[in-house]
Amino acid sequence: MNLAAAANENLAQYSNWLVYSSMAVYTLAFFAHIAEWVLGGRSKVGRTAAALSGGQGEKAAAPAVTVRQKDGGTAVLDRPKVVTRSAAGTRDVPDGPGAAGHDAQGDVYGRIAISLTVLAFVLEAAGVVARALSVQRAPWGNMYEFSITFTTVAVGTYLGFLFAKKKVRWVGLPLVTTVLLDLGLATTVLYTDSDQLAPALDSYWLWIHVSTAIFCGAVFYLGAVGTLGYLLKDFYEAKVARGEKTSALRSSIMERLPAASTLDKFAYRVNAAVFPLWTFTIIAGAIWAGDAWGRYWGWDPKEVWSFITWVAYACYLHARATAGWKGRKAAALALIAFGCWLFNYYGVNIFVTGKHSYAGV
Amino acid sequence: MPDRPVPPPAEDPEEKREGTLVTNSPDPAKADTAVADDRELSEAGSQLSTTPLEAPEEGQSVPGSFGGVRKPGLGGALAWTWRECAGWARWFWRQLTSMRVALILLFLLSFGAIPGSLIPQTGIDEMKVEEFREAHETLSPIYDKLGLFNVYSSVWFSAIYILLFVSLIGCIVPRTWQFVGQLRGRPPRAPRRLDRLPAYATWRTEADPEEVRQAALGLLKKRRFRADRAGDAVSAEKGFLREAGNLIFHVSLIIILVAFGIGQLYKYEGGKLIVQGDGFSNTLTQFDDFKPGSLFDTEDLPPFSFTLDKFSGTYEPSGPQRGTPRTFEADVTYTESPDAAPKKRTIEVNRPLEIDGSKVYLISHGYAPVVTVRDGRGEVAFKGPVPLLPIDSNFTSTGAIKVLDGYRDKDGEKTQLGFNAFFVPTFAGEGKGEMFSQFPALDFPVLALSAYHGSLGVDSGLPQNVYQLDTSKMTEFKDENGELLKQRMLPGETMELPDGMGSVTFEKEIEEWASFQVSHQPGSGLALTGAVAAIAGLAGSLFIQRRRVWVRAVRGDDGVTVVEMAGLGRSESAKLPEELAELAGDLHDRAPTAAEPDAVPSEGAEK
Ligand code: HEM
Repeated sequence: MNLAAAANENLAQYSNWLVYSSMAVYTLAFFAHIAEWVLGGRSKVGRTAAALSGGQGEKAAAPAVTVRQKDGGTAVLDRPKVVTRSAAGTRDVPDGPGAAGHDAQGDVYGRIAISLTVLAFVLEAAGVVARALSVQRAPWGNMYEFSITFTTVAVGTYLGFLFAKKKVRWVGLPLVTTVLLDLGLATTVLYTDSDQLAPALDSYWLWIHVSTAIFCGAVFYLGAVGTLGYLLKDFYEAKVARGEKTSALRSSIMERLPAASTLDKFAYRVNAAVFPLWTFTIIAGAIWAGDAWGRYWGWDPKEVWSFITWVAYACYLHARATAGWKGRKAAALALIAFGCWLFNYYGVNIFVTGKHSYAGV
Repeated sequence: MPDRPVPPPAEDPEEKREGTLVTNSPDPAKADTAVADDRELSEAGSQLSTTPLEAPEEGQSVPGSFGGVRKPGLGGALAWTWRECAGWARWFWRQLTSMRVALILLFLLSFGAIPGSLIPQTGIDEMKVEEFREAHETLSPIYDKLGLFNVYSSVWFSAIYILLFVSLIGCIVPRTWQFVGQLRGRPPRAPRRLDRLPAYATWRTEADPEEVRQAALGLLKKRRFRADRAGDAVSAEKGFLREAGNLIFHVSLIIILVAFGIGQLYKYEGGKLIVQGDGFSNTLTQFDDFKPGSLFDTEDLPPFSFTLDKFSGTYEPSGPQRGTPRTFEADVTYTESPDAAPKKRTIEVNRPLEIDGSKVYLISHGYAPVVTVRDGRGEVAFKGPVPLLPIDSNFTSTGAIKVLDGYRDKDGEKTQLGFNAFFVPTFAGEGKGEMFSQFPALDFPVLALSAYHGSLGVDSGLPQNVYQLDTSKMTEFKDENGELLKQRMLPGETMELPDGMGSVTFEKEIEEWASFQVSHQPGSGLALTGAVAAIAGLAGSLFIQRRRVWVRAVRGDDGVTVVEMAGLGRSESAKLPEELAELAGDLHDRAPTAAEPDAVPSEGAEK
């Protein structure tokens, strides 16, 4: 074996170690998140109920302009404040305080969890890069590589949102859990040794098409988490609004989530923002297929399911624009659409044979 | 297009039942003004997009008769029938072009695409369909009836997308007119109660109301709002590109479909298997299979030709991915037209050869062992490479050797010979019990043949598969034990046929073959244009907010001017209040807050 090959072998080994370490750190982050949720349990429950039973006018009645007196009577004038109100027909529920509730110790654990997530993210990203260096190509040749890149991007996007001061800390626990599941699958069932690429994949379209596909998947995943959160919270809010009792555990969890309308908006924005990119991904794939297989569109199972996913998301966006279909019905469509994406990823790669058979499993 | 007010925001009946509806005026005395306010508010939000309205669940949503009273006599009956037909047609058209039906059709489209990915399709892999038919004898006829072996060209799938596109056109045309109307029109007047809009700001200022309005107009125009003064307020609107983007997107979908259609009609696509050293010229008779679009004229085939000089494939030699292909290269010499100079090129999987609008793709490859068949008189009846088809990824290959004519037995009688061939490029080894290949490269090639004589049945007029032997009219050659004559051979070895009937030699050289697809896909440029426009339109449609801003300035009873600003978007967005805050900040710089003796909440804010 020549020197370069040995170096590559070493890099591949490092990559594996990095991925394993990131899994260990994700596991710690998982426990820290659990601690955050458990300790934060004593938050002020009942905000939803309070909000729904009347306090409506208050928000809008806040003084729009206050004039403060300062230093011997000269008036320092504030700029006008903008008062917002939600459209009639939506519930006016404030966002929950997040997983930690208002508990200081819970908050500390939450911060620890996020620091650990950052560390795990760095390790995992380094693992992906090492893998890419070891094979000297884009690290997207088989399902193991897709999976590690996929979770890296999902976590990176989430951290990006946090960094931009978006209130998505509640996503932490579900995200880290699924990341662990996905990495577990990747390192066992889907594991493929570092290797060169099959000739059909050897094209610069690989960089374009596959990177956007993975990115879209990761962001659609965050959208789906938002949608699920929305549905859970929406059922809860509806129940509270009907004046029914909910279990202490359920209300403890639900009260800490953002309001259903906030979750719905989050999911919509995320899905809508990547939809054009997903469209691009499919078109780039078609162009590549034109080069590699002599036809742009051949109804190969992978192509079919990308198309189905695309149409399903188009359905969701349409539903949002149609009065009677907003809310839960649209959310159900969003979940179906993400289900299609998942099937396209796992199902088609593993169970259906087509031209896209490079899963390496 | 008549102006139709947008109904008040969606009220799910379920939500009503849950009692979560937010009522802004619990006091019944105020109810009347509240209704008026509501109407005004909905007018403020009218035409903020061209999305068709969902028909309220009343009127003719359950269709009855449209014909009305039927006058006696033939004329009456005709008139009534006409009215009835027209009514129904209009009803049907409205349904078809409604958002709800578009949604249902979209859903059906994605749902209908599923079976094609799970059931083998004739358009993709005929062999698999045959296998499926053999394995599922009861299911297959049902599938046939439902077109499930051909989903994407089946009647029902076509019906879905044709209806969808009719709906799309029926939707785009009126929306385009409406949009043009909106571009020419002015933003709606400010509603009386600005404080009920989603974003609102107010302050009191010493500045003159007229000055404030003028300043607001200038400010809004500078920020590229379409602004207009009406009465005591300024109305402004921005983000028309959203609508334009949306329309462009939907039009692009039609363009893509049209491009696809053109491609289907004028395309051609043909396959050709070429053994190393052989050539091909682009005429109908040379193709192994040829699929033209229904309007393609074979006269239009560009007159190029090429020769396969060499095919080479390399494979991963070790490791868990042992045998995975690494490189495939076909070196060809081609001429663009009969009298052009020959040129050389390498065709690879991702790098087709493009000549005159047609592309030559490298599709697959395999082995063609060279065999020599001698007849009963010792003369060569056949010599040449026999392309065999791989049946697994290690290139275990099967096929048939057919000696059609030129063969005479030892008595000089003419007959035909046939051999079933089984070839492995890398043999597992004697006694390993495995006749399947272990590796795709030619490491230990072995050819196994079984021999027949008689009629190959090629004269029956039916098209025949060159890779399969039809033994129904043939007789087996027997070995000493009276069994079918079979032999496994290494390169250079010869199988003797019994009774001096001749011999077959597996020659030392083994050729490779490559198969190519020659295709011409018109309309792909148009499709690409459509696709790019679709993405651009989509981005505009999803990322641009269409929103309205109103600024009202009136002098209050105490002589101080009250400024009110409000914003309304189609979807609630965090950006709207931010933008309003910036606008308010700018306007506030020109019309600062009036000092007040006691800090009291300003007017306009609801109590
Ligand atoms: C060929 C199938 C169709 C596809 C793939 C499709 C896709 C989409 C997508 C992805 C959007 C989201 C963009 C946005 O929200 O602005 C959208 C919006 C829209 N579509 Fe379609 N569409 C199709 C057919 C139709 C039809 C038949 C209609 C009319 C009945 C229609 C009417 C609309 C309208 C009004 C919007 C804008 C919604 C808004 O303003 O938010 N579409 N469409």
